[in-house]
Amino acid sequence: MQMLEPSPAQIKEEKIYRDMGMTDEEFDRAEEMLGRTPNYTETGLFSVMWSEHCSYKSSKPVLKKFPTEGKQVLQGPGEGAGIVDIGDNQAVVFKIESHNSPSALEPYEGAATGVGGIIRDVFSMGARPIAAMNSLRFGELDSPRVRYLLEQAVAGIADYGNALGVPTVGGEIQFDASYEHNPLVNAMVVGLLNHEDMQKGQARGVGNTVMYVGSKTGRDGIHGATFSSSELSEEEDEDRAAVQAGDPFTEKLLMDACLELIKSDALIGIQDMGAAGLTSSSAEMASKAGYGVEMNLDLVPQREANMTAYEMMLSESQERMLIVVKKGREQEIIDLFAGYGLEAVSIGKVTDDKMLRLLHKGNVVAEVPADALAEDAPVYHKPSQEPEYYREFQAMEQEVPEVSDYKETLLQLLQQPTIASKEWVYRQFDHQVGMNTVVTPGSDAAVVRIPGKNKAIAISTDCNSRYIYLDPETGGKIAVAEAARNVVCSGAHPLALTDGLNFGSPDKPEIFWQIEKSAEGISAACLALNSPVISGNVSLANEKGGKAIYPTPIIGMVGLIEDLAHVTTQSFKAAGDLIYLVGKTADEFGGSELQKMVHGKIFGKAPAIDLDIEAKRQEQILKAIRSGYVASAHDVSEGGAAVALAESLFGTEGLGAEVTLSGNETSALFAETQSRFILSVKKEYQEAFEALVEDATLIGEVTNGGELVIKGNEKTLVQSDIKLLEEAWKGAIPCLLKLKG
Amino acid sequence: MKCAIVVFPGTSCEQDTYQAISVTLGEKAEFLKHDATNLEEYDAIILPGGTSYGDAVRPGSIASMQPVMKEVAKAAEAGKPVLGIGNGFQVLIEAGLLPGALFRNESLRFVCKPVQLKVGSNESWFTSHFEKNEIISIPVAHGYGNYYCDEATLAEMKENNQIIFIYASENPNGSTADIAGISNKKGNVLGMMPHPERAVDELFGNTDGLNIFQSILAIWRESYANA
Repeated sequence: MQMLEPSPAQIKEEKIYRDMGMTDEEFDRAEEMLGRTPNYTETGLFSVMWSEHCSYKSSKPVLKKFPTEGKQVLQGPGEGAGIVDIGDNQAVVFKIESHNSPSALEPYEGAATGVGGIIRDVFSMGARPIAAMNSLRFGELDSPRVRYLLEQAVAGIADYGNALGVPTVGGEIQFDASYEHNPLVNAMVVGLLNHEDMQKGQARGVGNTVMYVGSKTGRDGIHGATFSSSELSEEEDEDRAAVQAGDPFTEKLLMDACLELIKSDALIGIQDMGAAGLTSSSAEMASKAGYGVEMNLDLVPQREANMTAYEMMLSESQERMLIVVKKGREQEIIDLFAGYGLEAVSIGKVTDDKMLRLLHKGNVVAEVPADALAEDAPVYHKPSQEPEYYREFQAMEQEVPEVSDYKETLLQLLQQPTIASKEWVYRQFDHQVGMNTVVTPGSDAAVVRIPGKNKAIAISTDCNSRYIYLDPETGGKIAVAEAARNVVCSGAHPLALTDGLNFGSPDKPEIFWQIEKSAEGISAACLALNSPVISGNVSLANEKGGKAIYPTPIIGMVGLIEDLAHVTTQSFKAAGDLIYLVGKTADEFGGSELQKMVHGKIFGKAPAIDLDIEAKRQEQILKAIRSGYVASAHDVSEGGAAVALAESLFGTEGLGAEVTLSGNETSALFAETQSRFILSVKKEYQEAFEALVEDATLIGEVTNGGELVIKGNEKTLVQSDIKLLEEAWKGAIPCLLKLKG
Repeated sequence: MKCAIVVFPGTSCEQDTYQAISVTLGEKAEFLKHDATNLEEYDAIILPGGTSYGDAVRPGSIASMQPVMKEVAKAAEAGKPVLGIGNGFQVLIEAGLLPGALFRNESLRFVCKPVQLKVGSNESWFTSHFEKNEIISIPVAHGYGNYYCDEATLAEMKENNQIIFIYASENPNGSTADIAGISNKKGNVLGMMPHPERAVDELFGNTDGLNIFQSILAIWRESYANA
């Protein structure tokens, strides 16, 4: 028994479009473009294509400002993923994507399908996925709900990625109360392709056939894109139907089949049915190519009986792709997919009238210009206002938190979840399958060899959202700079980045100001560090009960290591090596781990950053690494130099370090001043290294003692057995999760 | 030596296994699909890791009923070396070519890490290149590696030197008697949860797994020379 759909007049008079997330103005705009009142299905098409998730209507004016060009860029933002040249006729394809709202409700499926979606985005470009990363944010672990979200989200990512045979090679995870009800699950995938295999999601050539491949369409995930663009309701159960379920087995078959398909000259275009499913893939493929698409929905493989056109078009069932193939070549495509046990069905054709036309049960049920859906969404220039809190923080003097026992403080810092070992998380990810993972999780960046080549890529995801909350522009610069530091410390030069922009509601001027300012900071750092934005994702309205998350624009950066001999890790290598601190330390604690630990909150100014110094220093360090002078390299980040030194010793076989730091003792140990590095250098390279890297201070030596000794102002500030520090660091998260081992 | 690598829908470690055999070991390797019906031309058979059929029903159960498995059983019967790694071990158990069962890890979580193994017997076809009781390192990556068998089976396997690999420093999945890998009575069928194909290249810091493939090659050379 089916409910009768409301008539166009009813939709308009009863403002039914509002339930689909459309404003009155947006409905009027759709009506005007169409020249008549849209019917129920058409209203659904407009509402989902004009959601923030699909149209970027609120963020577009900001996104436009990102630098997106460079001679290495083969495909910038706008396709499924960006593409960057790495030489030898090869390119890497990558993008980050959020699955925050689904993960807040059904963390296992939400996180799993997030991985599935981004993997399809990458292989739809013609690339074989070679590495996955993730960037996660959760509330404090003392909440049972947060522990449940963390455990389930990690298991979802693990089960999906592991079953696909795509290694999850690293990522980052931070904890803060602002994410308690709005966890962030951002997944990034990097693929590899040969230039000639590059694909586009385009529907070209009148009469060519539109085919549907992969899983059947069900009623799951209807309006997922709309739902993910709005604030979570208090009634979580109502939203749960918008979460899809993933099937990694089908995804693997689909991936292998599509990677075979891209070698076929019958293929014209291919696109993932991701957010907004059939609607976005068909409308975007037609719009990008300047053609139209006509589909007969009776032919769509359906999992459930009596599905309406509206339901089919808005379903977000997983593991589906839309492809366009040359007319007359359909059978070979059907045979190809049958070889993988998958369905490929002709459901429509390319037309020249630039319309998206849908037929169902003998009637035309929707007829909308493809451009109206894909290109002509309204663009909002939201009001922006500097928040009160920012002015207060900027007026504060930098204060140095009071610390009495330095060793105890270091021990406590190492147990803060954001600093503590993430082994509990990454042990659940198969980070090795494919046998290209040269540097496994736990170092600054993951390093993945290019199969069959003597080179590799370094991948890092980063974002310290505390700095961004305190000062979005400075924090945005730091996020890019830190990602680049991690990439450089691994022996790579940055190629490009993808950004996962996670914020609260853009309708609040203070939030929109955070978006604008952090984007300005990111753009400035992209230019300074020669790393354009090639793809990205926007997730707004991460709020519950009016409380927004910290602004969290996650940076996923990929760099190129030109020779495997340049691969460098953060661990000290041998006793007798010299230890250098590169960069000067200031009394900077705003947003620091120490400030959070001592005061239970963050305030004041974020650490300052000078992008010219940053760029010059990174260049010099990379040169030193490529010259073979550097035994280990680690950036100084959360917890300051003392934590960086301890981390450089973890996992080594009985090494220790003895160093002397200068200046204010608390700052020398724990300040989070930017653009600093801990490097170790073989004695024979001392002169050459010092000639190359400015601002490098020799602070001590790697020892055999298995002990970390930090001196300052003629006192011993910290003297500790490394094992003791390492056990505390390793044990912190399992202990918080109340787990064994 | 010509090696068959059996690929089911959902298998994911076939390329790594191929690299180990063809590039590192320098022997011939070919992929065979789940519906292959003739393995006669192959000297050794490997069932690589992955998630065949999405672990539906139980890991390895659907794969164990595929046509190729009749041929694998014949090859095992004929005395050819058969190696199951990870999911391949699960398939061999489900096919009844090895005793016991593989349960979900005790932690209920997937685990990926290098582990230390003790070589329980170097008289098997797969371990002649090791010393008995030698400690080696090979990575694990599995969610269902918790080996179980009853006491009688365990006693019988001990008696027959069928316990080939034993977790040495820590047991990553809760398996009975710290078992990481077992063989059949004849010693020509080995199932193991650790992935030797992930330990064959200095670039990744470990080549202990290579000895397993070299052991197979040595046995083949011996029998080929004797034939």
